[in-house]
Amino acid sequence: MLKTFPKGGVHPPENKISKERKIEELQLPKTVTIPISQHIGAPSTPIVNKGDKVKVGQLIAKSSGFVSTNIHSSVSGVVNKLEEMLDSSGYKRLSIVIDVEGDEWLDTIDRSKNIKKEVTASQEEIINKILDSGIVGLGGATFPSHVKLSIPKGKTAEYLIINGVECEPYLTSDHRLMLEKADEMLVGIEILMKAINVNKAFIGIENNKPDAIAHLIEKAKSYKGIEVHALKVQYPQGGEKQLIKALINREVPSGGLPVDVGAVVHNVGTAFAVYEAVQKNKPLFERVVSVTGKNLNQTANYLVRIGTSVNELIEAVGGLPLDTGKVVNGGPMMGKAIGSTDVPVTKGTSGILLFSEKESKRKDVYNCIRCGKCVSVCPMGLEPFLLMTLSEKAIWDRVESEKAMDCIECGSCSYTCPSSRPLLDFIRLGKSSVLKIIRTRQK
Amino acid sequence: MNKQILTVSPSPHVYGKESVKSIMYGVIIAMIPAFAVSLFYFGLSALFVTLVAVISCIAFEWLIQKFILKNEPSISDGSAIITGMLLAFNVPSNLPIWMIVVGSLVAIGVAKMSFGGLGNNPFNPALVGRVFLLISFPVDMTSWPKPSVLNMNLVDVQTGATPLAVIKEGVKNGQQVSDLLNTLPSYFEMFIGNIGGSLGEVSAIALIIGGIYLLIKKIITWHIPVSMLGTMVIFSGILYLVNPDLYVDPLFHLLTGGALLGAIFMATDMVTSPMHPMSMIIFGVGIGLLTILIRVFGAYPEGVSFAILIMNAFVPLLNKIKPKRFGETKKV
Ligand code: SF4
Ligand code: SF4
Repeated sequence: MLKTFPKGGVHPPENKISKERKIEELQLPKTVTIPISQHIGAPSTPIVNKGDKVKVGQLIAKSSGFVSTNIHSSVSGVVNKLEEMLDSSGYKRLSIVIDVEGDEWLDTIDRSKNIKKEVTASQEEIINKILDSGIVGLGGATFPSHVKLSIPKGKTAEYLIINGVECEPYLTSDHRLMLEKADEMLVGIEILMKAINVNKAFIGIENNKPDAIAHLIEKAKSYKGIEVHALKVQYPQGGEKQLIKALINREVPSGGLPVDVGAVVHNVGTAFAVYEAVQKNKPLFERVVSVTGKNLNQTANYLVRIGTSVNELIEAVGGLPLDTGKVVNGGPMMGKAIGSTDVPVTKGTSGILLFSEKESKRKDVYNCIRCGKCVSVCPMGLEPFLLMTLSEKAIWDRVESEKAMDCIECGSCSYTCPSSRPLLDFIRLGKSSVLKIIRTRQK
Repeated sequence: MNKQILTVSPSPHVYGKESVKSIMYGVIIAMIPAFAVSLFYFGLSALFVTLVAVISCIAFEWLIQKFILKNEPSISDGSAIITGMLLAFNVPSNLPIWMIVVGSLVAIGVAKMSFGGLGNNPFNPALVGRVFLLISFPVDMTSWPKPSVLNMNLVDVQTGATPLAVIKEGVKNGQQVSDLLNTLPSYFEMFIGNIGGSLGEVSAIALIIGGIYLLIKKIITWHIPVSMLGTMVIFSGILYLVNPDLYVDPLFHLLTGGALLGAIFMATDMVTSPMHPMSMIIFGVGIGLLTILIRVFGAYPEGVSFAILIMNAFVPLLNKIKPKRFGETKKV
């Protein structure tokens, strides 16, 4: 029996159309738009001005607190402007716009292809390097990685858990990375293990990627303490809490952190970025993005410089098909629909997913038939139908006591409801109202 | 560049295939084997009763929505068809037609639409219709046509008592269970449906096939049927061990009356049953206990309908039992 998390979950059609497409470098854009807020936490502080010349990898915005991070230029050229620009959240955010000239990298970056296996940096050096290099969770959560690696006093990490699950349908960027950059990734994992001082790491990969599992098992033989585990395909296994449960059978307490049960979780993409930062001195300024959708003739996995417009990615696969009804930044279950394709790729963009108009339509909403399916698929053991009703009626104290804040917004409930009720929409409303109440209470 | 209008909506962006319609039509498909058996044993009259029930349920729902509630008609969701079929399954095939129409009106008008339609009704509509008929017209509702293969007559069928009623009457008159059993059809005949009873409840095998279909299609889960039938077996088994002359064996309880029809099709009705496994099990156990209590000690030979309706009333309470939250365990 393959491991998985025991409670809830759904299995949407996988549609990994782009899984055979090798990672290709996308052509350099003419300009990039780099928002100063691409991560969870405080926006970074810009340190360049209009007219400044920058190189690839140069720091352009500094971390502005513990939960924040650095941002680097992804291109060489001239800063055109600092201005509020539309980003994929649908809001205008301060961004640094750079006109591209050539492709001149900082000479501190090691651009050679050889794999540097030996890890010489100390624990402290590693964590500092990760902060300096602006690394955030690349699975989509964009939580600054150095924060996760700084274990709070009184807690100890026992295991490093590496998320190679890629449970979102369609997306294949992690899959390709595991196939094409296995050694780099494994060195990255060793570095992460050193950073949190553990000697055991588990890589969890869903069983729909047998090639990646076989490849990594083979490669991992020459690294100490790294185990690869095949997992049963089940969404949302990539959720931190579900993955920890699946791999080491421990349950992160409600309101707690993974480290409370001795685990620290990082994504495979993050492990690769850590390798590049620590071993090659290369900050995070590019990432792999899947461009996919059933209405595309051609799909791709591109290595993209941060700040490149989504338009360029879509043009590269042949342009936006006429029947496109929706473009999603991320996967179909948790990604965000974007109203305009003229927004930049950021550190959290794991995929650009196109839906035809037909696929974009929501179904008609019916009465709740009390089937209990939303309850049985909720991986957090919540009662989505109840949370929705309570949110509709604005009974916020009950929304809170029924544990709405535990909801990981995986969307399994809305996905499953035969009456097509907008469960998660209302739960989000409930959560944000409860959050406001909690904040005023703390004051 | 591109001027296409893109939809912006919150995640998730994909949805499962299941819909209210697909669930309802799944249930209808699952009822077909039992329906076919009833045609085989009760002939055209079974077809006639079922058609009248289904058509009147659909018609009443439509009329009430159109002229009283004035909202979107929802008859296409298939739930009125199910109510009609289940009502027909729960009456003798020789019931006068006008009674079936009245039963349908009670089921749809009183038990379903007056609570706000599909999803809001606390009691199973078909059972409310059936119990209403049973209380109002006890004689017609309890004289059962004897099954005769491919009977094409609409009138003049022989009537007789159901096995449960034979046992109940006999024991009351001081006869021994084993003697009474000799006068009844064999267990095999009960299994295939060659016994007296409501038109949809007679054939155990047909109901079980329907139940397996529902399980495979994930329309129902095992919790309610298994806990209900299990409780019936255990409870009646204990009584049987105490005194086999007075109490009939568990298998008899399972194969006769509405036990399987109730466990598979009525107690599992989504709207009127609890939402999570633990409360479903308690619900099933409750129905099982009440059924045997009524059958053995109550005034009626059959108790499944009453038992389900009583437990329906407990559903809001049972739903207060919370599923196990993730991370609820004490901090390590
Ligand atoms: S309630 Fe939240 S955690 Fe539960 S299924 Fe819905 S979105 Fe997922
Ligand atoms: S899945 Fe939908 S219809 Fe079923 S109980 Fe939940 S909200 Fe109601």
